[in-house]
Amino acid sequence: MADQEPDFDIIVVGCGCAGAVAAYTAAQAGKSVLVVERGEYSGAKNMTGGRIYSHALKKVFPDFEKEAPVERKVTHERIAMMDPTANMTVDFTSDKLSQEGKDSYTVLRAPFDQWLSSKAEDAGAEIINGIAVEQLIKDDAGRVVGIKAGEDEITASVVIVAEGANNLLTERCLGAKRPTPDEMAVGIKEVFQLPSDQIEQRFLCPKGEGAAMLFVGDCTHGRTGGGFLYTNKDSISLGLVATISQIEKADNPTPIYQMLDDFKHHPAVAPIIDGAKLVEHSGHLVPEGGYNMVPQLVYDGCLVAGDAGMLCMNLGYQVRGMDFAVESGRIAGEVACKAIDAKDTSATGLASYKTQLEQGFVLSDLKTFSAWPETMLDWKRMFTEYPKAVEGIFNAMFVVDGQNQKHLKERIKPIIKEMGTWKTLKEVRGALKAL
Amino acid sequence: MSDINPITVNVDAAIALNKYNVDEENAHIELVDNPDDEEFKKLVRLCPAGLYKIDKDGNKTFDYAGCLECGTCRIACESTILKKWDNPQPGMGVEYRFG
Ligand SMILES: Cc1cc2nc3c(=O)[nH]c(=O)nc-3n(C[C@H](O)[C@H](O)[C@H](O)COP(=O)(O)OP(=O)(O)OC[C@H]3O[C@@H](n4cnc5c(N)ncnc54)[C@H](O)[C@@H]3O)c2cc1C
Ligand code: SF4
Repeated sequence: MADQEPDFDIIVVGCGCAGAVAAYTAAQAGKSVLVVERGEYSGAKNMTGGRIYSHALKKVFPDFEKEAPVERKVTHERIAMMDPTANMTVDFTSDKLSQEGKDSYTVLRAPFDQWLSSKAEDAGAEIINGIAVEQLIKDDAGRVVGIKAGEDEITASVVIVAEGANNLLTERCLGAKRPTPDEMAVGIKEVFQLPSDQIEQRFLCPKGEGAAMLFVGDCTHGRTGGGFLYTNKDSISLGLVATISQIEKADNPTPIYQMLDDFKHHPAVAPIIDGAKLVEHSGHLVPEGGYNMVPQLVYDGCLVAGDAGMLCMNLGYQVRGMDFAVESGRIAGEVACKAIDAKDTSATGLASYKTQLEQGFVLSDLKTFSAWPETMLDWKRMFTEYPKAVEGIFNAMFVVDGQNQKHLKERIKPIIKEMGTWKTLKEVRGALKAL
Repeated sequence: MSDINPITVNVDAAIALNKYNVDEENAHIELVDNPDDEEFKKLVRLCPAGLYKIDKDGNKTFDYAGCLECGTCRIACESTILKKWDNPQPGMGVEYRFG
């Protein structure tokens, strides 16, 4: 098989952010590209929070925000700490958040991925929808030479695997280790339709702009994870991301879908979606083990991009996966083209993929925050006692009942003491070091 | 003890809003016979579509028809009580309109 001309220069598995951009990049460079996407249309199987930071996509489509079906520009960042009976929200807005290249946009993946896919198709890539690649074909030397999908075996000089977080092929055909329940989170989300002017009123945002909101605490009933809320054009995305090992535990009495329902009914959340119509309920994995869970990304004849390579980062106040997917997809596309031109598509010929990811932000940022996933997993009190202490402190400040008041310091001291001053300082220092 | 609190939400009604092409012939996820109770309860807690259920009499049921194809059950239990986790057949399964 190795002596025959391959059917395509490049085959891309999956047409999400990583795959579509890889295909576009390679097709644009004049290569013959086949994309196999298991969804009936690109995006049909995909879900995100979510918002995409624009910087990586702008390298590929400089004016994407004018053309792509993005929902809203995020100009309000909100962070909330919630206890079962209380909630504290910080709402931050700044002109920096809307500067070109530093800006971000909320997206819904069904329309967004169809747009990305149409760009790849316009550039000349061939896209097959509705069928999953079942296997990567290898030659006797173990080199990836193509794919098997349904009855068909199709060959290529390079296969780019961009299959997303549930990376069956990377595990079953490339030998990557299965992520552990500590390294993966379950994401659950619901989309609620709400007229756009009501969204702007509820979030105090100018027309066309919106908010991104992350919650910690009672949203996951005190388990490691968090809640998220993103404003779309005329809908709201609301959901949870929680570490699998913490949800599956025998001492957790609440299934994740019940947690989402409880979150929706929390007094700080219910009014936001009041009167909004539920239109979709979705689920997806989120790789959150960071740098230490990234598998081998370069093989003979094959590159792994995006979530399939676990290139995703959840810092609690920042979730990034789509910009990593776009960037790794672009680099994979470029490196594959160069290797084909140089007639060396072995792992050595493709090695600059890894080097470029290391030099650029993808692996560099993941490495910088490599200690965070474990720190977060050990910092159980962040999800229980900290929100409770915040409630105590703010109650001490704001509750007036006509009793003789003590100095604020006296009112707050017992709360801090109960938290354990040293323990808290140590924890916060540790977290700051990892972040 | 590993008990699960009473459920107040109707998750079936929520997933009923999704678009699916259900493959009646082919289950893309299969459990082993007589799955271990504790392992099964992990999936009750984890599945975002609430497809793993234990009824009043302690009977365990699983219905792949409402599957969101997330892979969470695979990460938790492919090495224990899941016999099979594959992508659905061509054209089958969930079809997000929003995502
Ligand atoms: C709840 C949640 C919230 C998130 N929030 C954010 C956020 O706010 N910002 C952010 O940047 N990131 C966020 N992320 C992460 C982000 O969504 C992912 O990192 C990103 O979608 C990865 O893109 P990808 O192209 O690698 O994978 P995917 O988007 O998953 O694409 C993979 C594609 O491959 C296809 N496929 C899979 N297997 C096969 C096969 N065998 N054959 C053919 N096709 C196949 C799939 O159908 C899919 O289209 C979030 C994720 C979740 C789940
Ligand atoms: S893949 Fe996800 S939605 Fe489907 S059964 Fe498993 S956990 Fe539930």
